[in-house]
Amino acid sequence: MERRDCACVDAERLAVVDEVVAARGTAPGSLIPILQDVQARVGYLPPAVLARIGERAGVPAAQVHGVASFYSQFRLEPVGRRIIKVCHGTACHVQGATAITEALCDELAVKDGGTTADGEYTVSSVACLGCCSLAPVMMIEEGTYGRLTPEAARKVVRKRGK
Amino acid sequence: MGAAVSVPEITVGLSSCGVAAGAADVHAALAREIEARRIGARLRRTGCVGMCYREPIVDVALPGGARCTYGGVKPEHAARIIEEHVIGGRPVAELLVRAEDRTLPDEAYYARQVRLVLRNCGVIDPESIDEYVAAGGYDALAKAVRAMTPEQVIAEVKDSGLRGRGGAGFPTGMKWELARKAPGTKKFVIVNADEGDPGAFMDRSVLEGDPHSVLEGLAVAAYAIGADEGTIYVRAEYPLAVKRLAIAIADAEKRGFLGERVLGTGHSLHVHIKEGAGAFVCGEETALIASVEGRRGMPRIRPPYPAAKGLWGRPTNINNVETYANVPWIIAHGAAAFAAYGTEKSKGTKVFALAGKIARGGLVEVPMGITLREVINDVGGGVPGGHAFKAVQLGGPSGGCIPEEFIDIPVDYESVVQTGAIMGSGGMVVMDDRTCMVDIARFFLNFTQDESCGKCTFCRIGTKRMLEILNRICEGNGREGDVERLQELGEKIVSSSLCGLGQSAPNPVLTTIKYFRAEYDAHIRDRKCPALACRPLLTWEVDAAACTGCTLCARACPAGAVTGERKKPHSINQDLCTKCDACRQVCRFDAITVR
Repeated sequence: MERRDCACVDAERLAVVDEVVAARGTAPGSLIPILQDVQARVGYLPPAVLARIGERAGVPAAQVHGVASFYSQFRLEPVGRRIIKVCHGTACHVQGATAITEALCDELAVKDGGTTADGEYTVSSVACLGCCSLAPVMMIEEGTYGRLTPEAARKVVRKRGK
Repeated sequence: MGAAVSVPEITVGLSSCGVAAGAADVHAALAREIEARRIGARLRRTGCVGMCYREPIVDVALPGGARCTYGGVKPEHAARIIEEHVIGGRPVAELLVRAEDRTLPDEAYYARQVRLVLRNCGVIDPESIDEYVAAGGYDALAKAVRAMTPEQVIAEVKDSGLRGRGGAGFPTGMKWELARKAPGTKKFVIVNADEGDPGAFMDRSVLEGDPHSVLEGLAVAAYAIGADEGTIYVRAEYPLAVKRLAIAIADAEKRGFLGERVLGTGHSLHVHIKEGAGAFVCGEETALIASVEGRRGMPRIRPPYPAAKGLWGRPTNINNVETYANVPWIIAHGAAAFAAYGTEKSKGTKVFALAGKIARGGLVEVPMGITLREVINDVGGGVPGGHAFKAVQLGGPSGGCIPEEFIDIPVDYESVVQTGAIMGSGGMVVMDDRTCMVDIARFFLNFTQDESCGKCTFCRIGTKRMLEILNRICEGNGREGDVERLQELGEKIVSSSLCGLGQSAPNPVLTTIKYFRAEYDAHIRDRKCPALACRPLLTWEVDAAACTGCTLCARACPAGAVTGERKKPHSINQDLCTKCDACRQVCRFDAITVR
């Protein structure tokens, strides 16, 4: 993967932090929205970025890391350009979500939670996407796919391109 | 089903579930047809009508004609709907799921429902404040702030008997009164839209289908308790709900329903959206407050309750989405009209997300007191495919599995609790004979173990130990005494945990042990999974009589375990078989058996 943290990439990311903090402000309660905005633009939250958020927002580094590691939305490791969220809610579980994850992992040659070698996809099992009546379901970026079979899930990925 | 129209109206259900089923493409195809034929038809958008099993759904209303609903619509159907129905005036019979003559089979889905909370869902355009107002929206807020004192509003809500729809069922009016009476001039109201229960989607559907009703309920509550600031804490996994809420807040401010001096009175209310960051425990009110304050979402000991000391230490009222959505209806129609529905202690209606092994899955709203059987069979159409009903899971990870013997209990807070489950927020997942109850217990424990915030030792480590035992049982390594150990651990976690997450985490395990003990014993003593769901306990074999020797299975097997000559029955080498099920999935002759 090309996501090595070189100096220029870091400088860009830190500039993003400064912009986001300036826009969100440093009032109490703004830490989580800042983390969300920064992650949306940088892709994940590497250590240098977390440190800068603490500095700029006036929050102790331990608290920044504590919050970032507590919530499942925040990623401390790089991810693929597109994330496939496979729903493993109750309805999806009952309707065979495990087979969907297995098929996707097989198709893309990754483990659950892992990223493809070309850095395109990350496959991730998630708790519930709230589309239970269309179970089993997966989401790629903002697009939701319902009533899946293992074969249908493979086809979606093939069609979208690897 | 709505008022008469002056031009043909074509409405497409565009909530997340509709879009997932392909409704956006259908909407685009209809737009192209209308454009190409230059007909004066209006193409509308709405939220989820509740019939998720028929998505994508298209509604057609003609001036002076019958209003019809089409289900399972594909983009290629657009031309026919426009040509035959909108222009020709003849509905496309084979796509119809509901029409005004009420004779179609899907009518049964609605016959038992009473839609108070869902009154506008699937009817109005959720992004149009005009349509909400035209449907009577914000009348309740106007009535409250102009004609009622805060005390009168609280009395009305108390008299209605409304109880919190988030799961615990605390009386809403009493909660509001506590916040009103709490000393302090700065107070807050919060909408808990952190719908994290796997198997539940009521809040998403209401927020996507009728966001103004939640805002209006919130505004009435704020007036009643004397709050001038409101927060909607919504899951980040619901991007469409967030988008529609933001539109609704901006529009309501422009019209003076929110913001400075609401409807020209001295009362003000500013509302913000706060996106959750993915932590199930944040559904618990003190954890949710910690999260809004930018901290880890960890619950704290109550009292003091949020009504006395909530957000930033100020008196705060928190209710869930459905609770607030009930409020405008109660204020507009009166407490007595609301209390006319339901049972003695559970008034009004309850919205359920019906999913799992059910013919008609979707969003349903029924009066409290209707039996589970009526919901599952009459509304939901029962278990499909000739399989037997086994249990219904109510209340998600905090709830339990109710077996068939209790299927005739009325749906109300007290009756459900007596079975060991809870009403919960309304997730209702139906299970049939192919669902393994030990596996389901493991599924929920896996979830709560993962979502425990870690503050209480019993919750953090106790659930982990329970999960280890359940994993062992499902893998065929169960031991005598495991069930008793699960029960003992479960009882201790219930009694020793600080918040609702830990106190209820063992429920799915304890109820499945209570009602499906034989299934646990089969796993532990016989190393068998009667539902054929736990793979390590199963064996794949070829039925020689059915096998045609087509070689599909042999080619699909990644382990080289299936062998055989062409046109002769194949066989599976059990030592090589990895139990991946690939052979059965490709077999066209049902010749692979699993036992």
